Amino acid sequence: MAVLNEEQTMLRDAAKAWVQERAPVAALRKARDSGNLAGYAPEALREMAEMGWAGVVVPEAHGGSEFGYLSLGLVLEELGRNLAASPLAVSSMAATHALVRAGTDGQKAAWLPGVASAEAIIALAVDEGPRHDPAGVALAAEPSGDGWRLTGGKAFVAEGMTATAFLASARTGGKPGDENGITLFLVSADAAGLSRAPRHVADSRDYAALTLDGVQVGAEAVLGEVGGGHALLERTLDVARIALSAEMLGMSAQAFETTLDYLKTRVQFGQTIGSFQALQHRAAKMFSELELARSCVEAALSAIDQDAGNLPEMAALAKAVAGDTLNLISREMVQMHGGIGMTDAHDAGLYLKRARAVESLFGSTAWHRDRWGRMQGY
Amino acid sequence: MADFGSTDAEAFRAEVKDWLAANFPPSLAGVEVAMINATGPVEGDALLWKQRMGEKGWGTPTWPKEYGGGGLSPAQARILQQEMAKIGARNPIGGMGIMMFGPTLLEYGNEAQKQRHIPPICRGEIRWCQGYSEPGAGSDLAALQTRCDDMGDHYLVNGQKIWTSGAQYADWCFCLVRTDFTTKHEGISFILFDMRTPGVEVRPIKLISGVSPFCETFLTDVKVPKENLVGELNKGWTIGKRLLQHERNSLSGGGGSAGRFASGTSLDQLAKDYIGVDATGRIADPDLRARIIRHQMESRAFMLTLMRAQAEAKGGGGPSNATSIMKNVGSKVGQDRAELAVEIMGLQGLGWEGEGFTDKELEQTRNWLGGKATTIYGGSAEIQNNIIAKRILGLLDHQ
Repeated sequence: MAVLNEEQTMLRDAAKAWVQERAPVAALRKARDSGNLAGYAPEALREMAEMGWAGVVVPEAHGGSEFGYLSLGLVLEELGRNLAASPLAVSSMAATHALVRAGTDGQKAAWLPGVASAEAIIALAVDEGPRHDPAGVALAAEPSGDGWRLTGGKAFVAEGMTATAFLASARTGGKPGDENGITLFLVSADAAGLSRAPRHVADSRDYAALTLDGVQVGAEAVLGEVGGGHALLERTLDVARIALSAEMLGMSAQAFETTLDYLKTRVQFGQTIGSFQALQHRAAKMFSELELARSCVEAALSAIDQDAGNLPEMAALAKAVAGDTLNLISREMVQMHGGIGMTDAHDAGLYLKRARAVESLFGSTAWHRDRWGRMQGY
Repeated sequence: MADFGSTDAEAFRAEVKDWLAANFPPSLAGVEVAMINATGPVEGDALLWKQRMGEKGWGTPTWPKEYGGGGLSPAQARILQQEMAKIGARNPIGGMGIMMFGPTLLEYGNEAQKQRHIPPICRGEIRWCQGYSEPGAGSDLAALQTRCDDMGDHYLVNGQKIWTSGAQYADWCFCLVRTDFTTKHEGISFILFDMRTPGVEVRPIKLISGVSPFCETFLTDVKVPKENLVGELNKGWTIGKRLLQHERNSLSGGGGSAGRFASGTSLDQLAKDYIGVDATGRIADPDLRARIIRHQMESRAFMLTLMRAQAEAKGGGGPSNATSIMKNVGSKVGQDRAELAVEIMGLQGLGWEGEGFTDKELEQTRNWLGGKATTIYGGSAEIQNNIIAKRILGLLDHQ
């Protein structure tokens, strides 16, 4: 566990207590069974906002607390423990980062107070197919009047049905695959010509397919440089990847602890199954992987706080290591629970489903391994 | 080597071809009638095909003719299988009666039991379910506590079974019960009962894949006629274990499921479709490509092992200890394939329902989740490894 200051310890403890009481795994199950696309109840997000979690990385001048990324990561980890759905990773961390980093004073004033209070939810509309491919953007932005006209589609936009706005990548030059010619736009979800449809994925979270049919936006919708948005896009995605890694760390920790508890209580052959060495060694292996993942995730969160030059490398490492760890532990969770772990009434399946979905978002484990290798010159 | 001359083999092949041409409805090419029959009645061509195969006994080709089987030699049965495969004909007779219970009853049942229960299995008329596991007796199956009391002219059964596959559709149940509480393995008996007997209550269990192939089965004062005891009282563990060997054999692919690994879109093609190719036409993601290759090689090695085992078993002998290896390898190959498919397809391979996904993609999600059970049921992977370590390798527990 990272060395925390007093404020961070208080924040983490508050998050732990709230998640335990107000966001049990049963809350996601309830949202799923009642067809609530968000995955969380409206009052849950309101409570999170009241505790200031949506504004942890928002500057004080715009209604936030400026507590930093490691602090917000602690909250995301605790939410991950109980599979608590929220727009915090995508909107309150990644999109916020993009606005703080590249926004004009006007854009910051227009968007950040809403994000800090969670009245605004900004989703990242990046990929256009099921595989992560930031430079593959084809969505066209053409000059129109004082602004731009956007035409194209986006796939599997996380928090896309509940978002009030999108940070969307578009092409103002070059061709799909080029890093040059990418521009980021802030597009309101109720813009004329923008439509969205839900995509029901196994993890019961919010995903949308977007269609932009000649959506007219003003010049003030451009975030950062026209045609030079690739670096900002990658930076924003790295922050999102690290945010998801924190969630994955929390999921892994809880899945491991639940499984460990079962090993200590389930009796077969007249003894607890945790007394069998074959299972003991597998538990020890999971514990080791979990410790490694924690180091990577916490270092990556700190790298954002420090604006470290190796942030891309840390993001790739955290996402890949957390991905492998969560994959291992979520599979072992089902296997070690045996038949009961296969039932819908047990939590194991929900961890397994979210594990695979979150792994696919913003670059899979394999994708980040390859990326990390290229960054290292391998 | 075939166990009869090549002239006979060709004559038999011709006979099979003629019979299939006259009796197999072409509309059923590729249709798994047995799967449909497992959960409800079949009709039309499917019913016709089931009746014809049942009458002929070819749904259970190597079972004795006197009980409704085909009476074929293993070599003849292979010819039948080959000819059916050529025209897409699937065996319409299936289920636990074929895979597990029938072979066990043929070995351990008395004459009256065989006469009564085997012919309806051959005709696909009776669905059987397995009353084995209990909430406190999973991997440690012999810890089962469902009690069976001798009431003089009948038995009375009380207890709870879990993971009873297809119990909500089953007509009969073969069941392990405790008839002696003073000892463990030697206090278990193997009985049969009609699922419509008063006191039998079935509750389906919903799985993570969204389906309910298993049930909880509650047994309250269930009256079982004494003639439904298979083998001797307190000797049921031997019979029950034998049945598990048949189960593992069928689960590992020895019963025909191996074809599933080879069928459908290859992972290579799937990856090329969903990820694309590099300049040389190979899967564009080198990390994933390497793991797909490793998986395909393991899958190939597994298929070769299945074929070798089948070749070695030719001439009889029944399932051997090797079936334990098959189940673990087969289930791992199947799970790895599903995991890789999910990874290749990304979120498109994790669709749950609704718009935006093809039927195949949605099916893939459910298969991936459902397949997680293959290392748990029929003796978990851990139990299989114990069996290999102890029985085959001779490694002993603490001494």
